[in-house]
Amino acid sequence: MKASNKTIIYIILIIMSFIMLVPFAWMILTAFKTVGGSTQMDPFVIFPSKWRSDNFVEVAHNVDFVRLYFNTIAMIALRVLCAVVTATTAGYAFARLNFKGKNLMFGLVLFQMMIPTQIFIIPQYIMVSNLGWTNTLMGLLFPGLVSAFGTFLLRQAFMGLPKELEEAARLDGCNIGQTFLYIMAPLTKSSMVALGIFTAVFAYKDLMWPMIVCPDTNHTTLASALAKMQGQFTTNYPELMAAALIACLPMIVIYVLFQKQFIEGIATSGGKL
Amino acid sequence: MRNFGRITAREKSEFIWGWIFILPTMTGLIILNIIPMFQTIYQSFFKTGDFGKGNIFVGLANYQKVFADTEVWQALWNTIKYAIVEVPISIIISLVLAVFLNEKIKGRSAFRTIFFLPMVAAPAAIAMVWRWLYNSEFGLLNQILPGKANWISNPKIAIYSIAVIGIWSIVGYNMVLFLAGLQEVPKDYYEAAAIDGATGIQKFFNITVPLISPTIFFVLVTRVIAAMQVFDVIYMIIDITNPALQKTQSLVCLFYKYSFQQNNKGYGATVVVVLLVVIMILTVFQMIGQKKWVHYN
Repeated sequence: MKASNKTIIYIILIIMSFIMLVPFAWMILTAFKTVGGSTQMDPFVIFPSKWRSDNFVEVAHNVDFVRLYFNTIAMIALRVLCAVVTATTAGYAFARLNFKGKNLMFGLVLFQMMIPTQIFIIPQYIMVSNLGWTNTLMGLLFPGLVSAFGTFLLRQAFMGLPKELEEAARLDGCNIGQTFLYIMAPLTKSSMVALGIFTAVFAYKDLMWPMIVCPDTNHTTLASALAKMQGQFTTNYPELMAAALIACLPMIVIYVLFQKQFIEGIATSGGKL
Repeated sequence: MRNFGRITAREKSEFIWGWIFILPTMTGLIILNIIPMFQTIYQSFFKTGDFGKGNIFVGLANYQKVFADTEVWQALWNTIKYAIVEVPISIIISLVLAVFLNEKIKGRSAFRTIFFLPMVAAPAAIAMVWRWLYNSEFGLLNQILPGKANWISNPKIAIYSIAVIGIWSIVGYNMVLFLAGLQEVPKDYYEAAAIDGATGIQKFFNITVPLISPTIFFVLVTRVIAAMQVFDVIYMIIDITNPALQKTQSLVCLFYKYSFQQNNKGYGATVVVVLLVVIMILTVFQMIGQKKWVHYN
């Protein structure tokens, strides 16, 4: 490629990176400003005059972030565990076993993937509230107990494995359960990781479900607590930005550390959706 | 030879293990999704009584009300406007970025990491930051751009301001999917085109776009479905006192309002059934339309 073309590409990529980063940078800068500093216009101030942590102290005083972190992490961990375990077993059965009713059941899996999730929410909410699970971890976990999408993803993974492996295991006297557990499942580890990351990111980002089942600020997730906070301190943007930063930072740090797995996990699962 | 009426031990064992393996997933799907879907449709024929108590059968009255309800029509139009702006623009930007990053470029993975960053931030936090950027008095945009705009409270432009957030949030995700598609394009096509003296732009339209058209189609279909369900950002940015509320609330925002704020689950269910039908129609149209432009090898 010509050097001039390459320069143009770099310029465009750098401008785009700038556009992608400005909102994050502005969130961080505002979080350290005073209300007066954040609304100062003439002269317009980019950097805080002094890097103060008051906003963080103030929001941490009003909102129990430790509790919110615990709720969010527990919900994510349980959803990932449930999705990976149920989807791996079901994916194996759909890919590799022949049994009566299989096609009909797999049809239901595909059908679920095509329906917008909002259509399930009212009855799911009624079930949760009849079970007395509003404002509990079980309520947050509830719609994530199984994963149609994960079942599809893992089925694809098992279909890609060679048949000979299973036959060898069978000749060695493994039954189907043992073949699955010791031979086949370990080979789909990368798909399990992809599903786990995909599930975690979307559980973390979900807003409507936690708002509905866990309206109580102490029992809800970070995302839904942020929505509540915005209603409380509508105009105190430095405090809101501090809260947003506290809520976003851990996921961003994990992402930057494991970016390869994140991007590939979401790309391989998203690409098969 | 297969013995009719007698099943082999292997078949029996596959049947038993098969059902054991799918049982958790199928039980969950039926209880959490399949039955609820029918319940929602059923619910749409009922009116929820006062204080959310009691269910009164009203037949098609909810549907008649929906079709006469200007708020629902406006919300449908808002949703479509959002999708028409967000989906094509985000696809074009992300396709161009993917093509650039598919070249031998220094800092590829750094760029990729940056573009993908919004995917791992909570939409609630993203919406707060953008609301602050868009703030008409002290927002960054009005500071650095000439003139002042009420980005999110002017009913004429608010939905587009929201679509910009949607585009910003999703380009990295689409780009990663396109990058995966580009890996499959054989390099010799480009070498042959280079010998013929094709420019970069010609290569893009004559080689890249047709060869990754299945990926483009896939992204298009899934993005349209997702855009039609837009909720988080609008809910966070537009509060009930915002003068642009009527011109920005989406169908899912109405669904949330009717079902969980006004406790009229019957009407909320009707709105979401309408959304389901609209999404199905759009998807079917795209499936038919793909024959014209998607090249499968």
